[in-house]
Amino acid sequence: MAAMIEARELHKSFGPTHAVDGVTIEVQAGEAYGLVGPDGAGKTTTLRLLVGASRLDSGTVEVAGYDMATQTEEARASIGYLAQRFSLYGDLTVMENLRFFGEVRGLTGLTFDQRAQELLDFVGLLGFEDRRAEHLSGGMRQKLGLACALVHEPPVLLLDEPTGGVDPVTRQDFWQLIRRVLEGGAAVVVSTPYMDEATRCSRIGFMHSGRILVEATPRELAATLSGRVLELAAHPKEAAQAIARADPDVEDVLAFGDRLHLRVTDPAGPLSRLPSSLAAAGIEVVRLRPISPSIEDVFISLLAEHRR
Amino acid sequence: MSPDAVVAVHELSKSFGDFVAVDAVSFDVQRGEVVGYLGPNGSGKTTTMRMLLGLLRPTSGSATVLGLDVVRDAERIRPQVGYMSQRFALYEDLTVAENLRFYGGVYGLDNARLAERMEAMLELIELQDQRNERAGELAGGWRQRLALAIALIHEPELMFLDEPTSGVDPEARRAFWDVIYTLAEQGRTIVVSTHYMDEAEHCGRLAILDQGRLLAMDTPTALKRDVVHGDAWEIVPPPDASPGPVLDSLVRLPGVLRVETLGDSLHAIVEPGAYQAESLADALAGYPGVRVEPAEISLDDVFSILVSGGHRR
Repeated sequence: MAAMIEARELHKSFGPTHAVDGVTIEVQAGEAYGLVGPDGAGKTTTLRLLVGASRLDSGTVEVAGYDMATQTEEARASIGYLAQRFSLYGDLTVMENLRFFGEVRGLTGLTFDQRAQELLDFVGLLGFEDRRAEHLSGGMRQKLGLACALVHEPPVLLLDEPTGGVDPVTRQDFWQLIRRVLEGGAAVVVSTPYMDEATRCSRIGFMHSGRILVEATPRELAATLSGRVLELAAHPKEAAQAIARADPDVEDVLAFGDRLHLRVTDPAGPLSRLPSSLAAAGIEVVRLRPISPSIEDVFISLLAEHRR
Repeated sequence: MSPDAVVAVHELSKSFGDFVAVDAVSFDVQRGEVVGYLGPNGSGKTTTMRMLLGLLRPTSGSATVLGLDVVRDAERIRPQVGYMSQRFALYEDLTVAENLRFYGGVYGLDNARLAERMEAMLELIELQDQRNERAGELAGGWRQRLALAIALIHEPELMFLDEPTSGVDPEARRAFWDVIYTLAEQGRTIVVSTHYMDEAEHCGRLAILDQGRLLAMDTPTALKRDVVHGDAWEIVPPPDASPGPVLDSLVRLPGVLRVETLGDSLHAIVEPGAYQAESLADALAGYPGVRVEPAEISLDDVFSILVSGGHRR
């Protein structure tokens, strides 16, 4: 497999702030890499460095084998980029928007016409060619944005928080499209604050304060907490939470609507102790069982470790 | 309607011309509950909320909020509820304290009460030390908490939150929800509309809507058990195989209800008891080295089965 993106030791500061502080990322063809992390972690700045929109303080970026510093044109031509607030022209139609981005990328005439039909078919916008972009629904606008980013068939696709504010049905549709782009052999980098979106990536880099703290597949990440998350459903929940927190083997208690997730150092102790200590306090235990950790459990534990 | 219902909705409908935005929806919300309203765009979430806030007149049916009728007593509802929109308006060049003071004034709090409420709110959202920082300089998660505090400044019994933690990271989301749970413990009632599963998991009960209709309403655990009615398995393709062909084989197996591609594995829902880990791996014997492990049913499963009829993917 060829690395489509090779970014080494990227650094970028804004005044005293190290927005990106030594990031190294390698993404293979056909791979979806998820850049996940809190607000202000440096996700967007990293993408802007990869796309060449922002100048590096130090480090190197190679895209599709082209060096961003010395072969800038070729490197940029290999990238499709969907920015967080991608700008479509609201008063232009779907086709006019597509043509504009095609022209920017040097596509004209018959080549463009064929590509436009393919893309409109691909994103499901055939029949909407003459609708103004401002009259499209959020999901359709986003699909048009994707079509514009893909107009020149780039081998590398960078998506900055692509499904913010989009409903779950639209989000599933969007990811089906991304999956087909991946099957076509492109390398995709997605930044997202959403855990359910992160699990759709084949590899996740967890970013914090400008650095990638951990990089692994979703399954490897989940495995780091394997056997260390218990689900507890009990009434009343608040009293149960206080008792669980007091157990010496419970590191953390995460509250959900109708249950708690307990992160434990070792499950045996709490599994044997908690039923009786909860019962003694008059708390009704509906369920106490080990569960597969979610990516959310893993990230909260990573952040806690990092701050220690 | 039970005596403790803070929100009681009976056969509520709203049409715009021929378009039925909300279609005979009925539900109750009890004091101290955290209820989620989950649905795609155009499912009727916002229209329902606007009717409950007394901003929009129902076509038929009835609803009461805090015992007040949404048509007859519309004017009296709004001062008693809090509302936090996903596009909340903070004054970026005002400080945290100044934002709270400004909105307290809008709600007509007198000086003594305003001072008391401001302290309570700053403590609730743990922003005491940042009270003199400009709102525009706060990180995303803190801004969201300030917006919540503003919606709470007049001490409403009932809160409507519209996608309150969209775009924030898990840690900030957790801190936000800890505040919500504290409010619920105090006996306040919270209704959250969202289309994020991460957010929906935090609700005590969840209503799922599509095309104006209420499809199901229960705890997340009960929805996973009753709506999905199946077993979840995680299928890990062998290292050199791509998930595509494994997915194609999987959806053709009898008893397989739903398959979804995750990053490096597949998530399948099968009829209850249809397979054990071994028998499912045997059925996929064409992929030597494939692994099958037990998985958890997700709200995505619930949502897909209810809204898309569990289509296979």
